[in-house]
Amino acid sequence: MIGRLTSTERQYAAVVLSLLVVAGIAMAALGRNDALGVHGVLVILFAGGLLYAVLSAFFEPEPREDREASYYDDPIKAGIVLSMAWAVFGMFMGVWVAAQLAWPSLAFDAAWSTFGRLRPTHTSGVIFGFGGNALIATSFHVVQRTSRARLAGQFSPWFVLFGFNLFCVLAVSGYLLGVTQSKEYAEAEWYADLWLVIVWITYLVLFLRTIARRREPHIYVANWYFMAFIVVVAILHIVNNLAVPISWGHAKSYTIWPGVQDAMVQWWYGHNAVAFFLTAGFLGMLYYYLPVRAQRPIFSYRLSILSFWGITFFYMWAGSHHLHYTALPHWVQTLGMTFSVMLLVPSWASAGNALLTLNGAWHRVRDDATLRFMMAAAVFYGLSTFEGSFMAIRPVNALSHYTDWTVGHVHAGALGWVALITFGSLYTLVPALWKRERMYSARLVEVHFWLAIAGTLIYVFAMWNSGIIQGLMWRTYTEDGALAYSFVDSLVAMYPYYIARAFGGLLFLIGALICSYNIWMTVRSVPLAERRDSDVPAAVAVPGE
Amino acid sequence: MPELFHRKLERSAIGFVLAIIAAASVGGIVEIAPLFTIDETVEEAPDMRVYTPLELAGRNIYVREGCYACHSQMIRTLRDEVERYGPYSRAVESQYDRPMLWGSKRTGPDLARVGGKYSDFWHVAHLINPRDVVPESNMPAYAFLARTELRTNDLGEHLAAQQALGVPYTDEMVANAARDAYGQAFPDSEAASGVSERYGEATSVSAFDGVATRLTEMDALVAYLQVLGRLTDAAFRDTAATEQAPDAED
Repeated sequence: MIGRLTSTERQYAAVVLSLLVVAGIAMAALGRNDALGVHGVLVILFAGGLLYAVLSAFFEPEPREDREASYYDDPIKAGIVLSMAWAVFGMFMGVWVAAQLAWPSLAFDAAWSTFGRLRPTHTSGVIFGFGGNALIATSFHVVQRTSRARLAGQFSPWFVLFGFNLFCVLAVSGYLLGVTQSKEYAEAEWYADLWLVIVWITYLVLFLRTIARRREPHIYVANWYFMAFIVVVAILHIVNNLAVPISWGHAKSYTIWPGVQDAMVQWWYGHNAVAFFLTAGFLGMLYYYLPVRAQRPIFSYRLSILSFWGITFFYMWAGSHHLHYTALPHWVQTLGMTFSVMLLVPSWASAGNALLTLNGAWHRVRDDATLRFMMAAAVFYGLSTFEGSFMAIRPVNALSHYTDWTVGHVHAGALGWVALITFGSLYTLVPALWKRERMYSARLVEVHFWLAIAGTLIYVFAMWNSGIIQGLMWRTYTEDGALAYSFVDSLVAMYPYYIARAFGGLLFLIGALICSYNIWMTVRSVPLAERRDSDVPAAVAVPGE
Repeated sequence: MPELFHRKLERSAIGFVLAIIAAASVGGIVEIAPLFTIDETVEEAPDMRVYTPLELAGRNIYVREGCYACHSQMIRTLRDEVERYGPYSRAVESQYDRPMLWGSKRTGPDLARVGGKYSDFWHVAHLINPRDVVPESNMPAYAFLARTELRTNDLGEHLAAQQALGVPYTDEMVANAARDAYGQAFPDSEAASGVSERYGEATSVSAFDGVATRLTEMDALVAYLQVLGRLTDAAFRDTAATEQAPDAED
């Protein structure tokens, strides 16, 4: 892969990686009495390893290919592999922490393996590791195909991909070491956050430059969503993570936002991480891979516009529904609830647009598990956005908040929508990318589909039951007006559901393992003999043509 | 017509990105900025004190261990919550909290007012092995806290950073941070008197983990848990009526 970089690009890579090694040395030296030092060593190893790879291929002959005659797919392939590796890691951690809630001794009396430290390794592992890598890979693929133009540059895609994974490694290893801001879904500390800003801005520039090279007059709808995903996540990440480190030698920092303002900023971030990381980006996937696989155009262009701007505008108001009945001023709670309810319109416009696109292709949904993944994803998207709007209503939230119902809701979205659309997209993308006729085994795709559906349903039903039971027990009074149950009573009632939940998660993990195996065997199989000449960028327009 | 306008917008990547930024900025600006300008957002509490260095260290352990994943520190304005946990939480009670630890999930009970509810000894036993005290508990064991010496040499830097962010630590508090941390956990030492001088007579000075020879992370965490809900009595004054849970029966 390095052989396909020009010598100038190899020099860029060597310089950037050397700088990173120097940064790692500085972190290790300044933070020698702190967890920061461990991360310094980790940065040295990560950048040093890549530097070694670059330098060992440094003097290979210059590539001779005509770059404009093909798309640049190497980073996409690497992104898919990384995404699946993170999926297996993150889902395994999920099953482990779920099991700890039922059998607490599974923490083995160590510090790093307690629930509180492992839980963010699960959330970051699946959201950023699995989801983030899948988004980077598919966005690189979609933007090239829908713009009929090659990625703008060969070095920056690698920088974005590996830079993002360095962030993930720092984040996840940090939690095990006890390095965390304890801000949900933004746990990584200040130096990892700063690094992500650099990576993310590079990503935005690369994406916009590629779009600027397009040979199509209009920007395709999938790219609207990828742009919203990249831009808004940058805004959210920067604002929520503004913090003052206690010194240059410490991993620890204090956020600039105090108390109630921190709560608002945190949930403005938290809810929109769901909106723009876990929704907008994956809608980008849906708007490309679903019509491609179904071989039908998107049902309605107008619905696409409506849902895109509805999501972009409404979502940013909705975060305060995480803070109903708290010390946050009432007017903000009311705004959050109102916009959350209105959000149902653009959400269902998207889900409906996806399902109506399948009209006329239902026989394919029946026969093709890959397309069925995407259909099920659209259904779960519709269901969980309905549930979300419902739970944002104050009196409903009085019951659901702080309980497992919320956890169930998140997983209806994360497993049912995000993971299913990703698997469907990967099963479409992998054979196309590696120029294979189809996946290694259609039967394993089928098995994966049913494992994923069964796992999701078991998980969500368990959490609905436990959450509602828990919420009702907390507010049940005896006839003499005393609380009927102690907190421990409500915990004891949870155990059967915690076991069921861990089992549902395990089924989902097994599905992901099967998917990894299927992708691996597809990559290893013999490629198609003839080249697909349709899968190339549009020729550069001749002036005057 | 709007469709034609959108067709135009779709032709410019920069224009599209600017439109996204414009559409996405409104909600955050409207909901966040006024929280800094409207005075009623955070109540007045003249008696509110800052965390002592030992409590702050304990709070950082709470942060480090991700306790917020299972314990909230936010009692809602609902009757059953107030009866179970105490007066509902006020914004002022977390005005020095960075980050806030309101939490989003109660696998375990709310801790906003746990301070003083149990003895130090109960907390130590519970943290070493929760099931020794609450047989049905699924909380992890935190025995390692009692085995781990508390790092105090950087406590001054912690307080200085908080001071820079506007928390009213005095320079004297910053200078004596490590000493005060020792003093608070060693009631018989000379350093103990400085703690009540700087942080008030009501500050609990105690051998939190029951061992008066070593300053451990257990000392710090228990000191923090014991001060939860006790930095001010604002929540016990001027209490408005709570809301009935919508379908609760009397």
